[in-house]
Order: sequence, then structure tokens, then C-alpha cells
Amino acid sequence: MTRINVTVDGVGYEDEVEPRTLLVHYLRETLGKTGTVVGCDTSNCGACTVHLDGRSVKSCNVLAVQADGHEVTTIEGLAQDGELHPMQRAFHDCHALQCGYCTPGMIMQAIDVLNDNPHPSEEQIRVGLEGNLCRCTGYHNIVKAVQQAADEGSTAGASAGATAGGAQ
Amino acid sequence: MTAVEDRPKTEIGAARKRKEDQRLITGRTKWTDNIQLPGMRHLAMVRSPFAHATITGIDTSAAKSSPGVLAVLTGEDVKDIQGGMANAWPITEDQKAPVHPAIAVDHVAFAGEIVAVVVARSAAAARDAAELVDVDYDELPPVLDLKEAAKDAVLAHPSLGTNKSAFWQFDSAGAGTGGPVDEAIEKARADGIVIEREYRQQRLIPAFMEPRSVVCDPTGEQLTIWTATQVPHFVRIFTALVLGIPESKIRVIAPDVGGGFGGKLQHTPEEVIAVLAARHTGKPVKYTETRSESLLSGHHGRDQWQKLTLAATKDGTVTGLKVDLLADMGAYLGLVTSGIPVLGAFMFNAIYKFPAYQFNCTNLFTNKTWTDAYRGAGRPEATYAIERLMDELAAEVGVDPLEIREKNWIKHEEFPFTTVAGMTYDSGNYEAATARARELFDYDGLRREQQERRDRKDPVQLGLGVSTFTEMCGLAPSRVLGALRYAAGGWEHATVRMLPTGKVEVVTGTSPHGQGHETVWSQIIADKLGVPFEDVEVLHGDTQIANRGLDTYGSRSLVVGGQALVMAADRVIEKAKPHAAHLLEASVDDIEFSGGQFKVKGTDKGKAMAEVVWAAFSSHDLPEGLEPTLDADATYDPVDFSFPHGTHLCAMEVDTETGQVSMRKYVCVDDIGNIMNPLIVEGQVHGGLVQGIAQALWEEAVYDDQGTLVSGSFVDYTLPTAADTISFVTDNTVSPSTTNDLGAKGVGEAGCIASTPAVVNAVVDALRPMGINDIQMPCTPERVWKAIRSAGSDQADATTGDAQPHFDAGAPNQAPPDPSSSASAEGADQ
Ligand code: FES
Ligand code: FES
Repeated sequence: MTRINVTVDGVGYEDEVEPRTLLVHYLRETLGKTGTVVGCDTSNCGACTVHLDGRSVKSCNVLAVQADGHEVTTIEGLAQDGELHPMQRAFHDCHALQCGYCTPGMIMQAIDVLNDNPHPSEEQIRVGLEGNLCRCTGYHNIVKAVQQAADEGSTAGASAGATAGGAQ
Repeated sequence: MTAVEDRPKTEIGAARKRKEDQRLITGRTKWTDNIQLPGMRHLAMVRSPFAHATITGIDTSAAKSSPGVLAVLTGEDVKDIQGGMANAWPITEDQKAPVHPAIAVDHVAFAGEIVAVVVARSAAAARDAAELVDVDYDELPPVLDLKEAAKDAVLAHPSLGTNKSAFWQFDSAGAGTGGPVDEAIEKARADGIVIEREYRQQRLIPAFMEPRSVVCDPTGEQLTIWTATQVPHFVRIFTALVLGIPESKIRVIAPDVGGGFGGKLQHTPEEVIAVLAARHTGKPVKYTETRSESLLSGHHGRDQWQKLTLAATKDGTVTGLKVDLLADMGAYLGLVTSGIPVLGAFMFNAIYKFPAYQFNCTNLFTNKTWTDAYRGAGRPEATYAIERLMDELAAEVGVDPLEIREKNWIKHEEFPFTTVAGMTYDSGNYEAATARARELFDYDGLRREQQERRDRKDPVQLGLGVSTFTEMCGLAPSRVLGALRYAAGGWEHATVRMLPTGKVEVVTGTSPHGQGHETVWSQIIADKLGVPFEDVEVLHGDTQIANRGLDTYGSRSLVVGGQALVMAADRVIEKAKPHAAHLLEASVDDIEFSGGQFKVKGTDKGKAMAEVVWAAFSSHDLPEGLEPTLDADATYDPVDFSFPHGTHLCAMEVDTETGQVSMRKYVCVDDIGNIMNPLIVEGQVHGGLVQGIAQALWEEAVYDDQGTLVSGSFVDYTLPTAADTISFVTDNTVSPSTTNDLGAKGVGEAGCIASTPAVVNAVVDALRPMGINDIQMPCTPERVWKAIRSAGSDQADATTGDAQPHFDAGAPNQAPPDPSSSASAEGADQ
């Protein structure tokens, strides 16, 4: 067992973990952060995407011990004071989710895409989301949602999330 | 009641954003795998690595002494209590099926079949111990290829004595719905056109994003099962039937469910095993599959060979269609495995007026994962076949593919129309949908561009693909299901509960997993009862709350479940009228209800629904004979199917030097009857399109010659990503259904059914001048490239050459393929 200190969605945690524990399992099972989900075992689907120090990572591809001393933001930490993150709102507005299973990872990745490039083309959005699978939406409305969030981000002050990834 | 300024005039038809979203976008979700119960144990499965073997011994001692392990169960341990997994659709009286134990006892018939189960304190401990279970197998030869299976040389289940499960036929001459097909073909051979083709429906995997998960809690009086399923009511009934537990002792809950697409229309061995393990240990247990396990052992879809003969006059008027299918059941019959191809039987004639039709289907066992429902279930196969054939006919006659369709389709003034397959199409307007699609697509402009590219020998050629599809939705009238030997009915149930404070609870027997029922059912009730959208709560997916229901699949929820809801709401109004009359001191006959108000005819005296509800609740002053409740329920058995249709047009660019294909444009105009919520409709269409396009271009479950699934992870089973796909142009025409009060037709499967042939037709259209008339799905760059390379050489087209020998008069359906053509590149992965 290894001792780790991690800040998740603004709360500090100190835990003993088995060295082989994946970050996603630590989040789900130890911390009860079940908003982040697991969709595959080969790092292909992106359902588990969270932010580690403000950058998106697939949390099934990171060991919990690697998060020691770092900050993690999950889908659960995105809304601030009951106010949805602009990307969450855009997903709702554009009907960018159906079953919603891919959605936490998709939203976290979409925010990362805009952090890298606040005004992406459709092509850049599509490539930016390539590591996240959705079986329901056909991506059409997800792309639309990211475009909406990007457009909002360019109107002054409308979007905290297009810059910092929420709760960071 | 809150007044909302921008409230739409009617909720039905408004692009309401979904109620479901709030919890899903904030991670406040209830997936089965999220559940933690006190003392909960975890399961890991030991699965057979062999496609076909006998089990000669299992040593569980090392696993049992592994830390944290409570029990290891083998088939031998549970063989007297586990029963056999059920098949609910014996399509013929003499259908053959092997016993299907949840845990294999002495014989495994596909790689991935469960042979032992470890129960341990944590999921990790269970998995560690599963590695220590030592199973001895004697390998048996597997039968993997469908056409090989038809020969019965190698048997998937030696004890069955044959690989044939059933043969099912529909013949229009026999049924009295049309003429004899063989005569039509003979005549066409003499002085018309005969198109003969053999198409392959590759094996697909539903690949819902949430892996299946099940939790079983044996503590308390009722056994509670949470499961990631589309069909909680089925799971309850079949848990009772398979394990012999009284149904009243079982509660099944489908919490948030992450997609299904037919893949969660099942009662699974894992669900049975969870119950066995929970009862064995007396503790709650959880099992969540890995993605690899999901791809390996969750049921697959499609997997058919289709031999087709289309007869037509020289001008392209179709005179008959004969269909001979070989359908791969895989190793066992799941819940509706055997009936899936039969669901296509009524759809091969599609939107056309064929005078003669025959459908023959042979269901065969192989040593592969069993197949069952996958989005569209039987109808995509049928639509693919006929829409590909109509393009071939157009090419033969030398006219545009749209022209040949128009020549043969049912005209809008001919509805309702009874087809050669005996179905009565409720309504439709193929002309209108096609005209709109043509316009949005710029069909003529793209045809011109295609010609230009051909003329200048552009290495990147353009192909235009057409698919004018229809499907049968709203499964299903119980009498029809009975006639087809299906075990259950097709009705649906709804309850409307009027709460004292004016809020409304709706209980539905449907079980949504992404479709947005909570939103749409609220819209319907808001309009019917005049209550705000926000005040309606939709409850579902728990057999203790929604005690009656037949769940969600087959585009049935709105057209059947929605109609039940409308009827229940009407009953609430009828029940409320005497209450309102009493409050208003008027006669019941003078009470009218609209916009949430009970009014006395010809006066402005009225009472709001909420006031009437409160009066009934307090019941201080009820006249004699009135019940103190306005709650009502309804069970609706559909009178008939509904038949949505649409025109889909696809433009594909094909690089003739590399075989690379890319989608340039996709337009679809769907007529799904009245639209409840355009936002949700569009979403259903988009998602369906990409699943259908994925069958055309990317996806295939591939086995090696040992029977190992080589596309067993998301690395190899290539779901499309955002970068692989484009944005679509969608629109609707509206021919209201005449089979339900909402006028709705069902949209869940439309995109998936229509898009596959549109895409392949486009790819073939691009290459037709090179003499290419088929490319087997998925049309990977390699296959396209090979087709181009071999085009023009004397090597016959693979699938066409293959088809011909079978159509000799009197030749059996299961005739072996011509060996020279089975060496085609396209067949190599079977
Ligand atoms: S669960 Fe992490 S990528 Fe699939
Ligand atoms: S919304 Fe279901 S997988 Fe994306």
C-alpha cells in the first residue's frame, strides 16, 4: 500500500492505495466519485476522462499513485455554485447526449479541446474528440455543442470553463 | 402552478430540452456499477478460451484458498438448480436448440462461455483468483463458417445431431397475398430481367457504451436485482422461470442504463449467475463485465448470407422477389435470436408493389457468440438487400436509381396499402420525402459533378447512393406475435397518478436507456392534462413501481407505450368529470375539459385540474359512489404496426488509387408520422445513421479459424469516432400514422436501417463504370482497392459469381458455395 495526497474537485484526500489501483477506480470506489465511468479496458473510449492539473487524461490510464500531489477535476466538480459549466449547458442545449454514459468524459475532453484552441474548426473539434467514443449521438450534436461553447467563450466573460477547466 | 413565459402553445411537437440531462451532465448518475451495498461481494467469470471443447475437469482449490475468496462455483456445483437460459421465440414447432446452461457443465460451444465463477471480497481479488482456476478441456473441432455449418459435416452441438435450428418460410402464393414467385422468375428469365445476387450481412457487435453490470441483493423478502438492461420486466419473468423462484419474490430495477441498441434486450447468464452467487453466499453480489468480456460474450447481431433473385420486366417493373437466407444463431438461442431474421421477412418488399414474393430462412448454429437483436433487428438486413437490388436493377435497365424506385413504389394515394408480405401500411408519401431529399442534396448537381469526374478520369470518383426505406415499428400487436409463435404479447402499460399538490406521476412500462421518455412522456401529459411540463415526473424501470410493462425495443415505446399513456390520461379526465360536476354544481354531461380546466358548457364557470384533484384527495364532500382518487391506468395492445419511411441520399468519394472512401454529404428526409419532440427525433436519426454507416464502412466481428474473436477489444472492433464522421442534413415530411392517437410512427431504428445501403450504393455507384457491382461490407479501403484491382480482369465479381450456382432450379438452399469463388478476398475473414 502506498500513501497518496490528492485534491479532487477541490477537496483534499489522503489515502492508502494498492500501487496497481487505477485512478478511475480510486475515484469511483474509494472516493465515491461515480460520475466518472469506465467504458473499456484498452484506453480507447475516453468515458473515464478527467482533468489532472487542468489537462485531460484518461483516468483508466493513470495510476492513483501518479496523481499523488496533483489536482483532479471530474465531471462532478465542474458546475460551480449550482451554475452549470458552459460546456455542460451546451451539451444540454444541443441535445449532445442520449444515454449519457460517454458524456462525463466527452465534456471533460471537449473543455480540453477549447483550452487548447478556443476557436476550432469543425474538423479540429472532430479530431480533438477522436479519443472519446459515443454510440448514441453520431457525434453530430456533440460537435454542435462544442461549437456553441466556443462561440459563447468568445463573448466577454461568458465562459470560465473555456479557459481553466472549471474547478481548477 | 408556475407560469412560464416562453411556454410553447402545445408541448407536443416542441423542441423541449431533455429533463434527463441534468443528472447526466453533472455526473449525478445511477449506473448499476455505481451501486455499493453493505457486505457486497464481487464476481469474476472464468471463460472458455476454446470455441468448442468438452470440459474434463476443473480444479478450483488454488482459487478457493486465494485471499478474500468466499466461493468458486462451477457448472457441476449448480447443474441441478441453474435451469437453462430461455428462448422466447421458437419460430417453428420443431425448432431445435441445445440446452443453454448459465455456467457450462461439461461442454463449451463458444469462446467466452462461462465455466466457473469466483465470489470474492473485491473485484480485484475475484479476478486474481479467477486466474487460478484450472480447467482441463478436450478440444473439439469448431464449426465457424455459416455455409460450412449448413453442410452439417462438423457440428456445433454434437448432441443435437444437426446445425439446423429451424427453417421458416413465407410464400405469397401460399398466404394468398400474391402470386407464385417461381413463375415470375421463369417468365423473367424468358423475356425480362433477372437479377441474382448474394449479399453478406457481416457479424456486428451492439457495443453500447455502458458495459453490462448486475447487482443482486438476496437479503430481505424480495430478491432485488439491479441490472443494465433494456428489459427489466423480461428479466423478472425469466429469472422466475429459469430458476424456479416465485415471480412475486423478485424485484428487478434498471437504473440509469447506458445504451442498449438491442444488445441489452436479453436475459443473460451473468444475471442468472449473480442470483445463484447471492443465494449461495447470502450476500449482495456485483458483477460488471470488462469491455473485452462485453464484446466477447454479449450477444452479437446480423450475420447472414442472403441469396436474392429479383424478377422484372424489361422496363424495370418488378414482378417477383425470392429471398434465401442462412442466418447464424451462434452457439445458442438467446431470448429472441431465432426470430430476428423473421422480423425481416415482412420488409424485403419494402415500399414496392411486388406481385410475388417468397422468403426462406434457415437458422444455423455455429461455435460463435450467439446473435440476437441489434438495432433494426431483421429490418436492416431486408432493407439492405432490396435497396442494393433496386440499384442493380436500375443499372441493368439503364435508368437513374430514383426512377426505378418511383416506377415500383406505392403511390401516396394508394395508402392504406396491403403488401405482398401481408402487411397493411398505414400511411406514407414516398414522392414527397424523395422530392425534399433531392432538393436538400442537390441531386442533379452532384450527378453532373459525378459525370464530370468520370469524363476527366479523376482518380477520386464520386458515387451517389439512394435508400428509400420503410420499416415496421411499434412491436407489436399481440395477435401477430402469437401467430409468429412468440411467447409474449406486445402491449404496453401506463399509469397516471394525480398527486394532491397538483403534480403528476406517470408510470410507464417502457424502459428507456437514452431515448428521452421522461421528457416526451411529460410533454404528452402536459398537453393532455393541461399541467406544466415541469410538474410531471416519469417513473420507470423498477418492477415494484412499474409493475406492468414490456419494456423498450423495436421502436415501440412511443407508438405503443405513448398510446397507453394517452388512454390513461383520458381516463383521468373521465374520472375527474363527475368530481368537477359536483364542485361546479352542474350535470356531468355539461362538463368539458380543455387547457387544464373543467368548464360548464356555455358558462365561464370552471375548476382547474389541481382543484379537482385536491377535492378528490381531501374527499370531505364526495357524492356517493365516487372514488376518492383520479388515478388511472391503461394497457394498450396495438391494433397494427406503423410504417415510417424515408429517403436517404449519400455522396461518397472513392479514391481509386488507394481504395480510401470518404463521405461527402448525407441527406435524409424521414417520415415518422407526427413528431413529439424534433430535438429528440433528430438525435435518434443521427445516432442511427452512424451505426448504419459503421456497418457499411468499418465494423465487423471477426473470428480466426480457431474460433477466437480477434476483434475483441475497441482496438480491433472499430467503432466510428467523431473524426470518422460528418455532420448530416436531416428533415422530415409528415404522414400521421393512423394506428395510434398520437399519429406517431417510431424513429429509433430508422437511421440505422436506411443508411447502410445508401452508403454501399454510393460506393458501388462510384465504381460501377469499372464493372464493379458489389463490395462486401464493411467496405474497407483494402476491399475497395482489391475490387478495383480485380475489376476488368477475367476474375468474376466475388459475390455475384458465388450466387449463381445456387439458383439452379431445384438446387437446395444449403448448396455448398462454388469453391473457386469462395477464395475471394472478401470471404477470407469468415
Ligand atoms: S475507460 Fe478509460 S478509455 Fe475507456
Ligand atoms: S450518449 Fe450514449 S454513448 Fe454517448
